[in-house]
Amino acid sequence: MTGKTLTRMDLSEAIYREVGLSRNDASQLVESVLDHMSDALVRGEQVKISSFGTFSVRDKAARVGRNPKTGQEVPINPRRVLTFRPSHLMKDRVAAGNKR
Amino acid sequence: MIRSELIQKIADENPHLYQRDVEKIVNTIFEEITNAMARGDRVELRGFGAFSVKHRDARTGRNPRTGESVYVEEKHVPFFKTGKLLRDRLNGK
Repeated sequence: MTGKTLTRMDLSEAIYREVGLSRNDASQLVESVLDHMSDALVRGEQVKISSFGTFSVRDKAARVGRNPKTGQEVPINPRRVLTFRPSHLMKDRVAAGNKR
Repeated sequence: MIRSELIQKIADENPHLYQRDVEKIVNTIFEEITNAMARGDRVELRGFGAFSVKHRDARTGRNPRTGESVYVEEKHVPFFKTGKLLRDRLNGK
């Protein structure tokens, strides 16, 4: 485990390495991919990337929450949340890679 | 939306790129994220979300059908946390 954090820059760098696009074009493509995924999710669509995982939007009903510090009840409005379900391939690779 | 539809959208917007390069670009992005997590790294994509690896301790589980106790080894699982911007957009903000 190296404990590093990758960013958009590392993804652009990988595209530059793999495909040979300029770093500028690569970073614009990373942005486009994330934008198209976000737009689909905002429309309420599922985004299913085979051998990676599935992003889906779920509706959460309103409920009464509680401020854990003060014990005061606060209403939580109904909202939409995003869940990611990793594919079996990703789960297996992450489990195998981090095994000690 | 599935992977091939995502590739098609990117290809349509970038007519100067070969289809096979667009495929490679999209695949590289997902491959890099998976590789990072397999190394135990995090991937933070501001506004979209962050991928990280969570550790799960070993536990004694139960076969729900037979009620039999089974030992479940410790493991690492992929985890995604939605970014603030996307969470707000999902809720029309």
